[in-house]
Amino acid sequence: MNHKQKKMLARILVTAALLISLHFLPVTGWLRFGCYMVPYLVIGYDILRKAARGVRNRQVFDENFLMAVATVGAIALALYEGSGDYTEAVAVMLFYQVGEWFQSYAVGRSRRNISELMDIRPDYANVEQDGKLTRVDPDEVGIGTVIVVQPGEKVPIDGVVTQGSSALNTAALTGESLPRDVEAGDEVVSGCVNMTGVLKIRTTKEFGESTVSKILDLVENASSRKSRSEDFISRFARIYTPAVCGAALALAVLPPLVRLAVLDLPAGWETWVYRALTFLVASCPCALVISIPLSFFAGIGGASKAGVLVKGSNYLEALSQTKFVVFDKTGTLTQGVFQVSGIHHSRLEDEKLLEYAALAESASSHPISRSLQRAYGKELDRGRVAEIREIGGEGVTASVDGHPVAAGNGKLMDRLGIPYIPCHGVGTVIHMAIDGQYMGHILISDVVKPTAREAVRQLKAAGVRKTVMLTGDAKRVADQVAADLGVDEVHSQLLPADKVEKVEALLAAKQGREKLAFVGDGINDAPVLSRADIGIAMGALGSDAAIEAADVVLMDDDPLKIAKAIRISRKCLGIVYQNIVFAIGVKLACLVLVALGLAGMWLAIFADVGVMILAVLNAIRALFVKKL
Amino acid sequence: MKKTYRIDVDCANCANKMEDAARRTEGVQSCTVNFMTLKMNVEFAEGHDPRAVMEQVRTNCKRVEDDCEVYL
Repeated sequence: MNHKQKKMLARILVTAALLISLHFLPVTGWLRFGCYMVPYLVIGYDILRKAARGVRNRQVFDENFLMAVATVGAIALALYEGSGDYTEAVAVMLFYQVGEWFQSYAVGRSRRNISELMDIRPDYANVEQDGKLTRVDPDEVGIGTVIVVQPGEKVPIDGVVTQGSSALNTAALTGESLPRDVEAGDEVVSGCVNMTGVLKIRTTKEFGESTVSKILDLVENASSRKSRSEDFISRFARIYTPAVCGAALALAVLPPLVRLAVLDLPAGWETWVYRALTFLVASCPCALVISIPLSFFAGIGGASKAGVLVKGSNYLEALSQTKFVVFDKTGTLTQGVFQVSGIHHSRLEDEKLLEYAALAESASSHPISRSLQRAYGKELDRGRVAEIREIGGEGVTASVDGHPVAAGNGKLMDRLGIPYIPCHGVGTVIHMAIDGQYMGHILISDVVKPTAREAVRQLKAAGVRKTVMLTGDAKRVADQVAADLGVDEVHSQLLPADKVEKVEALLAAKQGREKLAFVGDGINDAPVLSRADIGIAMGALGSDAAIEAADVVLMDDDPLKIAKAIRISRKCLGIVYQNIVFAIGVKLACLVLVALGLAGMWLAIFADVGVMILAVLNAIRALFVKKL
Repeated sequence: MKKTYRIDVDCANCANKMEDAARRTEGVQSCTVNFMTLKMNVEFAEGHDPRAVMEQVRTNCKRVEDDCEVYL
């Protein structure tokens, strides 16, 4: 509790005590009035002051104004009728403040809870100087500095391990409880917790550019982008309060006039003014206005606990309406770890062909190039390569040791006019041509992720109508993977630009509020990520590009998380709609009951505060996502 | 230019009102107030001094919601 909340709690307790003791005090007349004014002012002075200031600033219609008019009116009525029933006005003010206090407390708690979830901010970095460890601000550590991370400490900055081996706990980033083993030469990302051994890490980035800073930045700015539901509520609140005030005024004036003029009955002003005041009390829109952003905030917090970062409430909302999921194949459904599985029709020694291929592809970071380099296994002398040209969707041409080398798919060979032998194996085929002569091909195949099949099944179960796979790979590979995983539609042999086109065609085909999500690994698919309704990047740990381009970021590369993210968003939106319907429904019912004279001010305030508390508790439910 | 400011306000509706007031301030291109993280993101229009604009934003916010603060 902060200072404000403590003070408020004290005021609430004092007022409650005074109210109870006054109940047993047999005072009458003006003395009674004076006695009751003490708790009334203790609990309500700030509301009255705010209402007065609101009027002066011409901001009339807010909750403070409603409460001030209702309670002052009730007191005035009690004076006028001589009933001496001031308890009602004080109690109404009291319950209103209890509600406000609870709301402020609950919001404060969830704010703290959620920031604790993302407690990955490192406080310091250990730098070795003259054989001694000194703690410095991570911001002051330059690129290339060697930092020491001891067991139990967080890795403060992205880097490469130079010495030591250990297990890293990535749970705070990915929600994954299995530790990750690292040793010298491995890249480590900041935000992980070192568990077992001492690590020396050479930093490769500044703190501000490190994964942990990017993630924190993203989480802190999430939910600034508002969802349609939130906009609806703000618009609703804007017209609602004046409308209710107008209705209350009509309720106070019209029925008595009608009774007088038309029905020839006594006006009954007191009854109708009282009903109008009660109407005002019942009308407070707080439950709605607070619970909707709180639900989204809790939903985003819960998702980040599960390793799913959502960049704004609007994306969480869109995610719940996802009916189409488009996957990039490589790195998303498959591991993106390619292995050379065969070298066919080679006119050179296999080793030699691989060497040329690896050299030609040495400048590329594409998974295929890396697998060639891995298969070659020796240090590459880049000085032997020149004139490297990467041709998107086709391959690479380069000059190796002065020989023109072309490495790529059938399209590249066709364009260069080199006849080639198609491959019967399933995988990516790299045809090689040296000096314009066909030299055979290298077969590389990718491994499907173990959870990919289950992921597609769960998406279907979560109500996704159609799953589509896009890939630059050969048709045969793509079809086999698609059939294996149960994907509905597959488009193969696509250039990056074709992928955008395909996604646009799918976007045009969907109806109404249906949303299309594109899932990629953030490498080469930034344009598609931004074109889709929701861009989901996976395996973002260590890929800044993915974090920046996507709307939803899956920290690890488990495709099961896509379905989980959708389920989290459904739960959150479900809560949002429950709250909207529940709060507006109860409110309307109350207003009708009050207008008919079936409910008094007590019931009105109970309904108001009760609905608010229930809505807030319901909103906090969005935080719990473990069992989804 | 975009900047983020810390704010203090007690209720969600008041945060909405602050957002409205800030948007109507001259020199503010767009503005979102995030009640849950208590932050105000402001995008300034070309050729306006952020400091001067924010002073005005604060005044305007105080006018619609007495009990609020924008930390400049």
